[in-house]
Amino acid sequence: MLKAKKRLGLVFFPAFDWQISPTHPEREERLLYTMDQLKEEGIFDIDGIELFNPVIATEKDINRVHFCYPDVNTKVPKSHLISAGGAIRAAEAVLNNETEKSFAIVRPPGHHAHRIVYGDRGFCIINIEAVMVEYIRKKYGNKKIAIIDTDCHHGDGTQDIYWNDKDTLFISLHQDGRTLFPGSGFQDELGGPGAFGYNLNIPLPPNTGEEGFLYVLDNLILPILEEYKPDIIINSAGQDNHYTDPITNMNFTAQGYGKLNEKLNPDIAVLEGGYSIEGALPYINLGIILAMAGLDYSKVKEPDYTPEKVSQSEEITKYIKRLCSDIYSNWKNREALAEKLFKDKEYVIRNKRIYYDTDGIMENQEEKIKVCSSCSGLIIIKSKSDRGDKLLAIIIPRDGCDSCINKGYELYKTTQKGKFSKIYLQDKVNDEFFSKI
Amino acid sequence: MIIGLDTGGTHVDAVIVEDGKIIDTAKKNTNKDNLFISIWETLEELLKNKNLNSIKKVNLSTTISTNAVIEGKNNPVAMFIESGPGIDPSNFTCGDYTVFLNGYIDHRGREIKPFSSELVHKEAKKIISKGVKAASVVTKFSTRNLSHELAIKNILKDYGFSPITMGHKLSGNLSFPRRIYTAYLNSTVYNSFNNFSIAIKNAFINKGINIPIHILKADGGTLELENASIYPVQTILSGPAASVMGCLAFFNLNSDAILLDIGGTTTDISFLADGVPLLVPNGITISNYPTLIRSIYNVSIGLGGDSAIKVNEKGEIVIGPKRQGPPMALDGLTPTPSDAMIVLGKLNFGNRKKALEAMKIIGDKLNINPEEMAKKIYDKFGEIIKHKVFSLLKEINSKPVYTIHELLYSKKIKPKKIIAIGGPAKAVSHILEEKFRIPCKVPKNYDIANAVGAALAKRTFEINLMADTECKKLSVPEMGIYKNIDNSYSLDKAKKDAIELLIEGTKDFYVDYNPDDIEITEESSFNMVRGFFTSGKNIRVKAQIKPGLIQRIGGINNA
Ligand SMILES: [Zn+2]
Ligand SMILES: [Zn+2]
Repeated sequence: MLKAKKRLGLVFFPAFDWQISPTHPEREERLLYTMDQLKEEGIFDIDGIELFNPVIATEKDINRVHFCYPDVNTKVPKSHLISAGGAIRAAEAVLNNETEKSFAIVRPPGHHAHRIVYGDRGFCIINIEAVMVEYIRKKYGNKKIAIIDTDCHHGDGTQDIYWNDKDTLFISLHQDGRTLFPGSGFQDELGGPGAFGYNLNIPLPPNTGEEGFLYVLDNLILPILEEYKPDIIINSAGQDNHYTDPITNMNFTAQGYGKLNEKLNPDIAVLEGGYSIEGALPYINLGIILAMAGLDYSKVKEPDYTPEKVSQSEEITKYIKRLCSDIYSNWKNREALAEKLFKDKEYVIRNKRIYYDTDGIMENQEEKIKVCSSCSGLIIIKSKSDRGDKLLAIIIPRDGCDSCINKGYELYKTTQKGKFSKIYLQDKVNDEFFSKI
Repeated sequence: MIIGLDTGGTHVDAVIVEDGKIIDTAKKNTNKDNLFISIWETLEELLKNKNLNSIKKVNLSTTISTNAVIEGKNNPVAMFIESGPGIDPSNFTCGDYTVFLNGYIDHRGREIKPFSSELVHKEAKKIISKGVKAASVVTKFSTRNLSHELAIKNILKDYGFSPITMGHKLSGNLSFPRRIYTAYLNSTVYNSFNNFSIAIKNAFINKGINIPIHILKADGGTLELENASIYPVQTILSGPAASVMGCLAFFNLNSDAILLDIGGTTTDISFLADGVPLLVPNGITISNYPTLIRSIYNVSIGLGGDSAIKVNEKGEIVIGPKRQGPPMALDGLTPTPSDAMIVLGKLNFGNRKKALEAMKIIGDKLNINPEEMAKKIYDKFGEIIKHKVFSLLKEINSKPVYTIHELLYSKKIKPKKIIAIGGPAKAVSHILEEKFRIPCKVPKNYDIANAVGAALAKRTFEINLMADTECKKLSVPEMGIYKNIDNSYSLDKAKKDAIELLIEGTKDFYVDYNPDDIEITEESSFNMVRGFFTSGKNIRVKAQIKPGLIQRIGGINNA
């Protein structure tokens, strides 16, 4: 019998009775062949690999991260609460020392879900990693956490949530936003005044192969992690970088995903996207599991794999090298850059348009962050949807100073009800959530 | 009349049952070196002065295959393994010769790459020349497409290999490593079992009895001798199943229950869910080989009437897990729970003075008088069982689920009753009732429970049907079916076919046919979408003739 070198907990929840629509990529069939492959390989018999069932995330867990309109109960289906609960269970298994590492193979995904939630975008409604991360912080203390998003799409939701939080280093590597949904994730999106440089985007050109991904890992991500010294590393493990994925244009492989996870050595991995359900997912998930458990994955290869299929051009190699060095210098100079940008400012204001592709809603946002010398700063978001809804969301950050706390409560109290469809206050210092209509 | 026989480590027990009544019993010592003799002598004694014509069937729970595995009295086996990409198959090497083939069948049963028949020929020639005749052929996903296993078998046959076990015939469940081990075990115990099966068949014929002979399986069902001879691995570890079926025979149970077989050195724990024995999720493990053999869930702990009692450095009482001779009341040297129960008047054998002495030895270490000590040990005995049962239940009740419906609504086992058998069962029933706060029943004739369980067990069978209407293939590995279907094939048709196949697969032997015993245990149908269009259906049906009893034992034991 095989024995895992590192104990690994798996939350494997394929949600065989849930789909967005019968022909949608996020359909019942998505993890069917992965389950077959894992069962046939005998993964669940490996000594040291243990299965956990998801818990169901609560309204309170969601409200720590999101502002759901009109509210959690109306907006978030059971399926998404269970998916987030799967991530929570995976985290608990590690933090309770039931296992060393864990991998939540759950669906639906979450990394396109922003702080404000009007509906479904990019198959996501709530951000399952963020819900998990905030649950960890609530239950196990304020950990320094690095989220490495290896999904092919920019993790724009996770970026939005952690934009001004330097206890969360967010690194997203993805296909260049000029060529793929959601169209964001450029290297100059570096974070708010309280966390500038702690949001790093690595937009890779289409057709990036195994070589390119591993170059980014070795030469950019690992050195930054070395310096950041997180308590917990999370791999937001989308699998749509695969060369057979139907909705993207990259050339990553099961072997590559295995190597990436071996080197990155995440404490927790959470499945995000990945829609090549037959040709990629069974092999990638197998590769990730074996790599995380410290087992040999060298024979895990797609049936149609050839090295030529996944090789990248010289041009791409050069481009990626330059990109990495630019991003690394942003990281290195983050304080000086922040100083230049935010010095003597009282507030930093951003305007954003957020499109909910699955539900067809357009949102306009004004995000106002206080530049505060005592904390990362109060955040005030004014949002308007094309359905006519207007929201005000006030966020007191976890490190909120007395002045920011008071300002937050004051604003919540004094804002008149009639001006907005709903007014929210998220007090992360005291783990409180208020709303009024 | 039906005969049931159980082979235990020390005794062979046999019973004749008719219309819910135990007509007669027989008991002999087990001769480990010749199980056939022990079994046959017990049967001969039982059959003395009986009307042989009225015997309809004999069910034997034997340890032939089990002992062959455990004692390693086995045939050498050549393993032909085809894995394709995945975990390195050399991790699952077993047998005496292993040939790794380079073909590949994927998760949907599509042939990605043919195997090299040249390599099979070359290795077959080499291995057979070394005098190895038994072989097993296992390919990854052979349950979805058996063609490679079949083709390799056909090559091996021509070289004179026999037996040749094909993985897909042993179980339709997924697990390549377990399939390898199960196929290996089947070939390796083949001769041992066949020596026995030929001997027992002839013995019955010589006595002029021509009746179906069935062998008990670990899932609490039986298998006719003819099939057991081809698949002897199906007969491993049937002892605990006999005991569970025996408990069922004495009581009319429809609720969740805990079954305990409390012996001298061990306590076996099993469960009923709505009156039906709980099975292990994948298959039973024997001698460190995880298999695909269906089995009743049974966990053995090192706690029994004769377990040695010690006091550890922390001043805590430790019972078991080892036995160090008989209780002191029977002139043993180590205090045991039986001594405590003798002191408390709950057991009535041996020398009570010596039992008191035993309690004094332990009590002195803890400054407790012997009677109090006996009470504490008795309490601890119950506590250990309770603790173990609760932790097992927690594990069972958190078994993996794959749908939102199951996660929200799947059944949790909540025992309403305890059934205990074995020497100390009656004596410990009070403390069990106190600890679990549910009634504990002990059947009167528990010493023959295993033989009764064997007698009343039914033929069982499980099949896994998978239909892929995009590939236009249907596969039922247990029955060797792999055929074409058209794209109108539906879940309803699959369920109908599964039931018909179950009946067909067992009709020659299935003397106790009852349509209620047939059930679909799992069913699913997935729309397969390629591009933006539905390209087919992926249909899966699991059906079984469920384990159960043909009748119960009536009378005073009925509860
Ligand atoms: Zn994606
Ligand atoms: Zn502040």
